[in-house]
This record gives sequence, structure tokens and C-alpha cells, in this order.
Amino acid sequence: MIYLQLFLAFFKTGLFAVGGGLATLPFLYEISDTYHWFSHGDIADMIAISESTPGAIGINMSTYAGYITGGVPGGIIATLGLGTPCVIIILVIARILKKFKDNPYVEKAFYGLRAASIAMISAAGINVAKIALFNLPAFQETGSLLQLFAWKAILLALILYFAMKKVKLHPIAFIGISALVGILFHFGGV
Amino acid sequence: MKELLELYLIFVKIGSVNFGGGYAMLPLLERELVTERGWVTTEELMDYFAIGQCTPGIIALNVSTFIGNKRKGVAGGITASIGFLTVPILIILLIAAFLTNFAELPVVKNAFAGIRVCVCVLILQAVERLWSKAVVDKRTLVLYLVIFALAAFSAYLPVSLPAAVLVIGAGVFGIFFGKAGDKK
Repeated sequence: MIYLQLFLAFFKTGLFAVGGGLATLPFLYEISDTYHWFSHGDIADMIAISESTPGAIGINMSTYAGYITGGVPGGIIATLGLGTPCVIIILVIARILKKFKDNPYVEKAFYGLRAASIAMISAAGINVAKIALFNLPAFQETGSLLQLFAWKAILLALILYFAMKKVKLHPIAFIGISALVGILFHFGGV
Repeated sequence: MKELLELYLIFVKIGSVNFGGGYAMLPLLERELVTERGWVTTEELMDYFAIGQCTPGIIALNVSTFIGNKRKGVAGGITASIGFLTVPILIILLIAAFLTNFAELPVVKNAFAGIRVCVCVLILQAVERLWSKAVVDKRTLVLYLVIFALAAFSAYLPVSLPAAVLVIGAGVFGIFFGKAGDKK
């Protein structure tokens, strides 16, 4: 009944983790302590892997934990366990919203929510920029302002910014090009 | 059935390139759903993200469910979410089975350092496009600045509020000080 346990443990994570990827972390530590399906070190590794794969940390961790405890079916079941509460809750909210769409209070709430939404998106951008365009560890070590900026990355960012205004390629194309540039010019420093 | 398949494939595509967290999927959704298909409006996308931020679960899945549900009801919501999960599950299964040192490979490190630069620029341009739809007057500008400061620089501030609290606070602010009727 390991599959049922996996499903339920990750269902609980999906049900109570509010606020996206990193919000799942405390729950993952709890699962690790309770069931020993994976270690705290595995969680740290998965954060690194999640930064280098498309999935969210919670999704990745559920697949990984499910796989090491129950093989391929375990990986799939644990991930579905994580996703199920999100899907149910949103289906219910969508139904309620449809009913109250023209309610003036709902409209007024969205007046505030949209500003919050774009503020959260901007904050997400800043958080990525902190790692992508700056080199904080090297700056803290040397204290030299020249070390603070990842110059190659900033140059690429400027070129991408103007290229996207001029050429209407699919975002996926720009992502692919940036990956290539990163490999060719050793953006990761290795 | 054909529409569900199309929905599934769109979300497989988005799920396979959604680097850098839930909000990074916004430029992809805009392109696929607003520009190319006209299935949802940009305002709706922003609403979905705001709700996804303060409801439980992975934001990307919340948003996928919303869009799928709008298009094809409950079946659509489930289809879009499963589509979004497909490639991430496959990738982690492969990594767990064969490539435990995946994140340490030089080619991976370099590629993702490049991708992160692209994600920043994509998000910046999405913010530029959305700006006029969300920041409509002085009140929303103040609200934006406060929430942005609290969310982006929480590590340097004496107080740190969970993102869900910020978003719910903004909704309450809207109910008391917002204007109905001029949007949506």
C-alpha cells in the first residue's frame, strides 16, 4: 500500500502548500522525517535540479520520492497526489467565480488583485535576475564592484531585450538560443 | 475530443519549457493562448495568477486548471494539468534513473545560466505589456510598489509576509478602495 501512502502524503502537501514551489519545502522536510523516503540532502539536490529543469520543485520532489520508493508507477502516483487538490480547488473556485463575476465586490477585489499579480510577477523577475545577472557570492568574497555584475549575462540580456522587441519569435526560440549562448560562452563558469 | 487533445498538447509544450517558476509561464501562456488563439484575455491570465498565489498547490497547476476549465469545463481543467505535468515527470524519472549528477554537468550548468538570463528578459517584457492593464491609477501604483517591495526584498526587510497574505490583502484593499465597472 506504498502507492496509497505516497498519494496521500503528497496530496496533503498539495492541499496545504500555499504560494507555489518553495512553499512545498516545509512539507517535503516533514515527509522526509516521517517516512524516510528521501533525505534532507536529496531535497537540497532537488532544489538544484529544479533550477535546471522545467518543473516546479514540488512536482519534481514528488516524482523523485515516488520513483525511489515505488518505481515509475510510484513517481506518477505521487505527482498526481500533489496535483489533485490544486485541480479540485481551482475547479470549485472557477465555478463560484463564474456565478459572481458581475458582483461589484468581486470586480473591486480584482482591481486590487491585478496590481498584486503584476507585483508578484515583477518580484519573481527580480529573484531570477539576482542569480542570472549578478554574482553575489564573488562580490561578497572580493568586495569588488566589478565582480558584482555578470557582464556576459547582462550583455546577453540587453541583446535579448531589443531582439524581442524587433523579432516576434516564439519565446521558446529565445529560450533555446539563450541555452546555446550559455553553453558556448560558459555562462555557468564551468 | 480533438479540442481536448489540442489543449493537452499546448500544455505539454508549456510544461516542457517552463523554466524559472510558475510566473515564468506567463509569457508562454500569453503567446500561445492570447496572441495565437484568443482563448483567454491578458486580464484573465493576471486574475488566474493572483488566485493561484493565494490558493493551495503549485501555481502553474492552478493556472493550467483555470485555463483548461474555461475552455472545456472540468475535463479541460484536468487535461491541461496533466499536460503540464507530463514532461516534468518524464524528465525527473529519467534523471532519477540515469543521471543523478544531472545538475552538476557543466553543459547543464552553462545552458541554464543562459536560460535564466532569457527568463528575466521575458518576465520584464511581460510586466511592460501588462502594466497598463493592472496599474490603472495612483492607488494601484502605490499598491503595486508596496507589494513589489515586500515580495522582492523580503530578505532585507524586518517583516516578511507570505505571498498569499500580500495577495489577499490586495484583494481586500480593492474591495474597500477599488472601482467596479471600469475593468473587465
